[in-house]
Amino acid sequence: MRQFLTVISFMLLTIGAFAGFSNLGIPQIEPAPPPVEEVIDLGSMNMEQFIALGDRIFNGKGTCTLCHNSLGRAPDLGQIGTNAQARLDDDRYAGDAADIEGYLSESLTNPSAYVVVGFGKAGSDDTESPMPSTSGGSIALSDPELAAVIAYLQDKGGLEVTVEIPTDVEVPEEEPAEVASGEPRAPFTTFQELADEFACEACHTIGEEAGDLGPNLSAIGASRDAEYIRRAILDPNADIAEGFDEGMMPDDMGEQIYAIELEIMVDFLSQLK
Amino acid sequence: MNTNKKLLSYGILATLVVGLLAAFGGTDLSAAFAAGEEVAATTGGYGPAPVTTAADYPSVAGANGRLVVWIVAQLHLWFAAFVLAVPIFVFIIEVIGMRTRDKRYDDMAYEFIKVSITAYSLTAILGGLLLFALILFYPHLFGYLSTIFSDSMFYYALLFFAESAVLYLYYYGWHWLQGGVRKWIHLTLGLLLNAVGTGLMLLANSWLTFMMSPAGVDAAGVFSGDSWAAIHNFLWNPINIHRFVANIAYGGSIVGAYAAFKFLTAGTDREKAHYDWMGYNANFIAICALLPLPFAGYYLAAEIYAYSQQMGITLMGGIFAWLFIIQAVLIGALFLSANYYLWCGMGRSDGAKRYHKYIKYIAIVLIGAFLVWFTPHTLVLTNSELKALGGPHHSILGPLGIMPAKNTAVNTMIIFTFLSFLFYRRSNKVAVVRWERAGNIAQVALFAAGIANILFLGIYHGYFTNTVYKVAASIPQVMTTFVVIVTSLVLDSFIYRGAKDVGPLHWGRIPDRAQYALFLLAVAFTWLMGLMGYIRSGIRQHWHVVDIMRDNSADAFTPTLGYAANVVSIAAIIFLTMVIFVFWIAQVSSTKTLPSGYWKE
Repeated sequence: MRQFLTVISFMLLTIGAFAGFSNLGIPQIEPAPPPVEEVIDLGSMNMEQFIALGDRIFNGKGTCTLCHNSLGRAPDLGQIGTNAQARLDDDRYAGDAADIEGYLSESLTNPSAYVVVGFGKAGSDDTESPMPSTSGGSIALSDPELAAVIAYLQDKGGLEVTVEIPTDVEVPEEEPAEVASGEPRAPFTTFQELADEFACEACHTIGEEAGDLGPNLSAIGASRDAEYIRRAILDPNADIAEGFDEGMMPDDMGEQIYAIELEIMVDFLSQLK
Repeated sequence: MNTNKKLLSYGILATLVVGLLAAFGGTDLSAAFAAGEEVAATTGGYGPAPVTTAADYPSVAGANGRLVVWIVAQLHLWFAAFVLAVPIFVFIIEVIGMRTRDKRYDDMAYEFIKVSITAYSLTAILGGLLLFALILFYPHLFGYLSTIFSDSMFYYALLFFAESAVLYLYYYGWHWLQGGVRKWIHLTLGLLLNAVGTGLMLLANSWLTFMMSPAGVDAAGVFSGDSWAAIHNFLWNPINIHRFVANIAYGGSIVGAYAAFKFLTAGTDREKAHYDWMGYNANFIAICALLPLPFAGYYLAAEIYAYSQQMGITLMGGIFAWLFIIQAVLIGALFLSANYYLWCGMGRSDGAKRYHKYIKYIAIVLIGAFLVWFTPHTLVLTNSELKALGGPHHSILGPLGIMPAKNTAVNTMIIFTFLSFLFYRRSNKVAVVRWERAGNIAQVALFAAGIANILFLGIYHGYFTNTVYKVAASIPQVMTTFVVIVTSLVLDSFIYRGAKDVGPLHWGRIPDRAQYALFLLAVAFTWLMGLMGYIRSGIRQHWHVVDIMRDNSADAFTPTLGYAANVVSIAAIIFLTMVIFVFWIAQVSSTKTLPSGYWKE
């Protein structure tokens, strides 16, 4: 019986150790709840809000950033403005689009129409894309949502936004679970709120917060003027401080913050002397 | 499918439902199940996948449906894996006994199958419970799946009866079918038992892989009527291969735990020797299956990624990424305990001292490789964690987190585990061939070249190519490992041809603590299977059938890893309690009590 109890205790301890590690040694992340069907109130939306809606879908429901990110799983869309026309003109293009808007639309619903070299399914010789159609399956973007993403991509690529906000969308009679107005978030009003939101202090030392992946900004105002700081935020690779690597800081800050927030950051940092 | 079969299938299901309705009179199951039949009644027999609301998931006696189905399915799977694996290696051991005419093998094979016979009943009971639970808590899903798989469910039931019949003949006829032609008949029964068991597994696998990679249906879920297309879906074969190999490793580990317990409680040296030998063989089976298992798992993950890049990224780079850190701990425990048992087992031979000096180096390499496997790359972090780490991945250790580094680590672990086995195999032998030294030099060169190639492939593809080509090293690395193992085995068999034994092997001369390595192996396998089963199912997220039938129940959300680990732990404790019962029953069946004066003389 003693042996039996020893063995049982050993097994329970082993299971307890595995469970303990899973509970205490691993961060308990609450996965996002299942997506709810949204009803988009397009009637009161202007183009800026429509683009913001596309931004939100691109980074959320559309799950685009799972692959279109800096890890290189899918083509970088940062240069879509210059690449779109070239791809449309490429001999390998197998779609029916006549313009960039059509090309972007086709890329979302029929990604194999043009596959960037090196990004095709294994063995397909870059003729078949691993990307699913975003209008079906588990992503299932509606037509207005697709249009919003196209508007966002055009804006992100510095292209003229040619998409029109759909006006003939039927609103279901049921009470929607959540109404997405496309309303952008409220701007932050202090530098600290912005620093917390964008985790600036993970890399930069600013006052007491110490990160060492980027330059120390505790006295940046003493050596750099406001213009330099503004450029460093919007185009961080324009000037690289000695001892630091290019490409470490996100180059899309200009798309993530409002103009007023940019000025709050520039003002605050300029005064650090 | 002809009407009679369909009627029979629905008849069986209807009987079950009526029974359940009688048991749970307060729930409105009849209406819910009728909806499942409606699916079959429309558009020539096949309608679209049901669109459900939260109200379509019955609440029964206040129980959490997902939890009940989760635990019962997991228990069923553990037992099924065990009872499908045991006949595979029982058959192999019986063949070895027949060829060598060493009765010890035949006795051991019989003891293995005896242990699994009660487990077989429990597997069937748990399978029935799972069916009940699915019909009770997920009637629309079950109705939809049974419409598509009515053919295979019918054949599954037939195979189940066949499995029972062959198993009983095989087990109860063991001592009857001995010698000459009778032994051949018995072996044929063993082969048939395995064929039927594998057929059962393949059919059940097709149902769950259909839920991950549906085929034979259109975008709305309307079944084309092609049953083979639904069965032969994209992830069917990857799961079949992975489960087949994993089941053998798992079965070996459970039987090893049985032998370990019997060893610890043995009253005589002879018993100790027998159960030591049994534990060694069980561990050998488990290791043989464990070595290719990471590759089978890698193939499955690669196929999931190939089927759906989204699902693949959710699996490896999304919310489940942290889970692979837990998996690394468990796999590390498996490899270390399997090796530790081998090292302790070298004490059975007086000639093992020659190899003791190498053990510490193997241990260091195994731990180093485990730590590389354990190192995460990019993880979901809070701002404070991001600050503490200095970025999304550690500046020095981060590069070890990428897949090429992990592939390099696992191939290294496998090669060094094989080296442990090679030392064990050599420990009681003295080579007599004149070219022994040259042969050993060739062995060293083979291992050195293999490891150098694995390292080169991992480093080159991992750090000197772009992301798309980073995993290109995996296949050549696996092939290198495979070539090293096979070539080394062949070479060693020639070096030790006609070798002399150092002395008799002292079965039973192994410390008690080595038996705990076998317990650890069994518990870690059980827990790992539970965890990986959760991942496989969890990557469907809020879909019953991916992209076809959405889960709209209140439990459609993905729980935290801690919650999942707790459920797996509770299920593992229930399972191990039931296994102890199975072992106890096997022991009781061979115990006789002779009550004096009770019976008339």
